[in-house]
Amino acid sequence: MSSNMIATRDAYGETLAELGGENGNIVALDADLSGSTKTSLFAKKYPERFFNMGIAEANMMGTAAGLAAAGKIPFVSTFAIFAVGRAWEQMRQSVAYPKANVKIVATHGGITVGEDGGSHQSVEDIAIVRAVPNMTVIVPADGVETRAAIRAAAAHKGPFYIRLGRNKVPTIFGEDYRFEIGKGCQLATGSDLTFVATGLMTAQALAAAALLHKEGISARVVHISTIKPLDQDIILDAAMETGAIVTAEEHSVIGGLGGAVAEFLGESHPVPIKRVGIRDRFGTSGKAEELMKYFGLLPEDLVEAAREVLARKGK
Amino acid sequence: MKETIANLEDKARELRVAIVRTLHKSQSGHTGGSLSAIDMITALYFHKMRHDPDNPEWIERDRFVLSKGHAAPAQYVALAHAGYFPKEDLMMLRRLGSHLQGHPDSKSTPGVEVCTGSLGQGLSMANGMALGLRLDNRPCRVYALLGDGELQEGQVWEAAMAASHYKIDNLCALVDANALQIDGEVAKVMAVAPIAAKFKTFGWHALEIDGHDMSAILAALEHAETIKGQPTVIVANTVKGKGVSFFENKASYHGVPPSDDELPKALECLGCLD
Repeated sequence: MSSNMIATRDAYGETLAELGGENGNIVALDADLSGSTKTSLFAKKYPERFFNMGIAEANMMGTAAGLAAAGKIPFVSTFAIFAVGRAWEQMRQSVAYPKANVKIVATHGGITVGEDGGSHQSVEDIAIVRAVPNMTVIVPADGVETRAAIRAAAAHKGPFYIRLGRNKVPTIFGEDYRFEIGKGCQLATGSDLTFVATGLMTAQALAAAALLHKEGISARVVHISTIKPLDQDIILDAAMETGAIVTAEEHSVIGGLGGAVAEFLGESHPVPIKRVGIRDRFGTSGKAEELMKYFGLLPEDLVEAAREVLARKGK
Repeated sequence: MKETIANLEDKARELRVAIVRTLHKSQSGHTGGSLSAIDMITALYFHKMRHDPDNPEWIERDRFVLSKGHAAPAQYVALAHAGYFPKEDLMMLRRLGSHLQGHPDSKSTPGVEVCTGSLGQGLSMANGMALGLRLDNRPCRVYALLGDGELQEGQVWEAAMAASHYKIDNLCALVDANALQIDGEVAKVMAVAPIAAKFKTFGWHALEIDGHDMSAILAALEHAETIKGQPTVIVANTVKGKGVSFFENKASYHGVPPSDDELPKALECLGCLD
């Protein structure tokens, strides 16, 4: 793991500004949070193609759909809680239903928003968007993958939801990483169990696998950035070859990655599963690192979950 | 001009007959709000808008957004009679497998630009289309037709604010103010009056007309095109169910199709005796 740290929202802002120069059809919309979502970098370079829609997310989502209908490629940004919460039905009716070419890039996902507290910590967004037909849902793990996912979304017609974070996260991928929509990737080999992780939890899973290795337990690590459509092959292989799964996400255990994996394996190849995530609770104020501990999202929590599935597997 | 108006009035009558027949066949759909809006829709599709039924994707076309999507039958009959698809297709309205969905669906129907039906969303989409066309320096205009009850949705006013803020003058909104909604009179359910004054306060140029007076509709659409630097709204006072006497001004006919007994009487009202 590189010591290089970058927030995925920063990688997004830089990439969007680059794309603006490469494709004149790219436009950006924000709801008074452009400094935080980093669409401000695009706005500075291409002011005529940037639309600050004020604190009015529903209208922003619909306007983006209209811009797409006129042939533009709109990137719509605000915090995850507002993109999905405030404008859910606009996303459904105006964006997903017509398969509008709109890229919803939400920042400040999950509990690492920190001090702002539960009102601003989106722990349900992946579940809510995943349930909507036509949506592609991506949660990148680091800056490298964020850049690649943003570029892929711009190049790929149709509605996307990309969930990013507020804080700096370690860079996992090398510059040679080849991101593909709908494809997971194996980051560590292992035969006793598999961590299936997304977003910033992938780094935690790698750390957990290293801890287990010291104890002689061989944990595979599979990173899933595209939560929908799910890479079923890599998950089925993991279930068949390691026989136990621990999912990890900075999101509710209901309906997100853990939900998707459990649904799929429940119908195809049931194995012991433990879903690590927020256990049906709202967030709360605190420092991001304190909250990671408070909500049980640290490597030692993943190790604990691994022991649990190994015990069930042994029975 | 007199001839143009007479022709459009004839066309509107023809489309009213088509609406009644279509809804009688489907036995499901919104009669009252389709009949109140049809004069404006006729003026747009058969006079004002530049469009090409043989090439629905023509890039230079004017765009129409039916924000009050439940009046889909009115848009569908206009599209069919303009030549976007065979008139016989109207008889498949709301059927499984039909390209004529209960509410407008751009994926299914040639000539439909966006998906509407959940109220309050069309003006935002019209804004986006108008902004996109302006970025490309296209001379196209965008028309959005809203209901008066629909103005109760907060998103309409977010969109109204944005259209004015971005000086979207290639946009013209029309409000089909038939004064009724599902639960009764708009004024009693949740008052939206004064409509034109509200839009003016939001920075719009606002006109008020009789939405069944074809010459007034054409004059208002012409006038709207001359307004620069701000969006225009045409508040059209209409009669729900217009043209079929026993449907007129009845909230109970909001989502009710003509029955077998009512069909001949409705056609008689419309001067169609076959």
